[in-house]
Amino acid sequence: MFFARPSGPDSVGDPVSDVRRPTEGAPLLSLKAVTLQYKTRDSLVTATYRVDFQVFKSDRYILLGPSGCGKSTILKAVGGFIRPTEGQILLNGKRITRPGPDRMMVFQEFDQLAPWKTVRENILFPMRATGKFSRAEAQERTDHYIEKIQLEKFADAYPHTLSGGMKQRVAIARGMAMEPDILLMDEPFAALDALTRDRMQDELLRLWEDTRVTLLFVTHSISEAIKIGNRILLLSALPGQVKAEIGTRDNSFLDAGLQAMIHDILFSDTATAAAAHA
Amino acid sequence: MPETLADAARRQDVFFETQSAEAIGPIEKRVSFASRAWGNGAFRKTLILIALAVVWELYARHLNNDLLFPTFIQTLTAFFNEMADGTLPRRVWVSLKVLLTGYGIGILIAAFITVLALVTRIGEDLLETLTAMFNPLPAIALLPLALIWFGLGAQSIVFVLVHSVLWPVALNANSGFKSVSPTLRMVGRNYGLGLLATVRQILIPAALPSLITGLKVGWAFAWRTLIAAELVFGVSSGSGGLGWFIFENKNQLEIANVFAGLFTVILIGLAVEGLIFRTLEERTVRRWGMQS
Repeated sequence: MFFARPSGPDSVGDPVSDVRRPTEGAPLLSLKAVTLQYKTRDSLVTATYRVDFQVFKSDRYILLGPSGCGKSTILKAVGGFIRPTEGQILLNGKRITRPGPDRMMVFQEFDQLAPWKTVRENILFPMRATGKFSRAEAQERTDHYIEKIQLEKFADAYPHTLSGGMKQRVAIARGMAMEPDILLMDEPFAALDALTRDRMQDELLRLWEDTRVTLLFVTHSISEAIKIGNRILLLSALPGQVKAEIGTRDNSFLDAGLQAMIHDILFSDTATAAAAHA
Repeated sequence: MPETLADAARRQDVFFETQSAEAIGPIEKRVSFASRAWGNGAFRKTLILIALAVVWELYARHLNNDLLFPTFIQTLTAFFNEMADGTLPRRVWVSLKVLLTGYGIGILIAAFITVLALVTRIGEDLLETLTAMFNPLPAIALLPLALIWFGLGAQSIVFVLVHSVLWPVALNANSGFKSVSPTLRMVGRNYGLGLLATVRQILIPAALPSLITGLKVGWAFAWRTLIAAELVFGVSSGSGGLGWFIFENKNQLEIANVFAGLFTVILIGLAVEGLIFRTLEERTVRRWGMQS
């Protein structure tokens, strides 16, 4: 079996083969028994409980679960915004302690772009602010990515003149242009209308084909998970625990059975029972 | 009665040809000169100013009492006479020097306190407590104290000016920084920006609408305080400023000159608002779509 959990059922069966999964080499990102808690005004909430998973280079790794499963919290922890109360998060074998540009983040909110910077300046901003690229190199990369996301006409426009989909494309380009070790995406398409979302998913996949950037992608949509991911981590709610990790094939999005299975796993009490049912 | 599937199947698919844009005729048409002029804010405001001047002129003529209420034209004449002989420019310069000193120092202190409030929680508590205490306190009320501490000079006026500028600027800046979206803050942290880089590259531009409001309010408060303070003891600062000019002319019953003095205060206010702050807003927050 490809993956193993420290306790509980060994797996959910072998639903789909892992044809696209690179198996060699050390994982790029690994979470080991990570428990995440955050404080609200008057209580301590456990968002996830002992979550384990590994992301390999060039994975399109999806965190999927109902709201309140702590998937966004996991992403923020990988981003370095939250420290785990238990367990550890390793990137390239090193412990994550603080936010950094090696883990660029794409948020759901449209206001993640600086309104005082044009499209070009927004993409340029992190490359120059971190000093990762020289001025000339950063310019060149910016132009390249503006062309990639087909916003040449809007290169000097301010974000408030763009549509939601365009803003998200800029945010994705900004993240990818930085060549991070891993690109963290927190439901980046959730606030878009359905047609735009569909186009954006295609566009993300196309950009991924070019860059092979490792993605860690949070979503609550089963179909989006199947379309974008090559590995899907299913989480339970309150607190988030791993229910299953599933691989997809190229044409999995046509597979109604896979959708139904994921649905059953997410909404049943035990993963094994659901898998058996499927 | 809902349509059944069978019904739907019987109906045929239909396709249409769309007309080319030329066939439809002009899609966009320039609006008339009058309505474009009316759409211009500066034009509308100029109309209001002219109307006010006309009302002033007519009322003053009706009253026909130069001692109580000189006409608009008399005021203008006095204004140009005083401008021409250099009295008014001198007075304005004296006032502006003191004003800018107080304004500048006030802004610097406000910047220091607000950054402190950004960085530490105790700094924020300090800022909130101090603004709650001192913001409602009229600057003029501090004048007697300032006179004892700094004597009869420009220093005393600068002191009350700083007081009048500091609190509104700090208050607005603080609320501006607080309302910067958490996403944008996280973006800054994501880039690994240090504290000062975050303030400079993320927080200040993101809070600019509030910062500009603070500067505007501070400017207005500073003007009011300055003129009021000069009315009380402006002569002490050697040549005296605009407030003193008004006071002096009132004593000599040169009421047209008093009006000219007030007129100058208004003109400078309009100029600063219309030229400096408006340009600043148009180049920044309006252009960025942060303010409509």
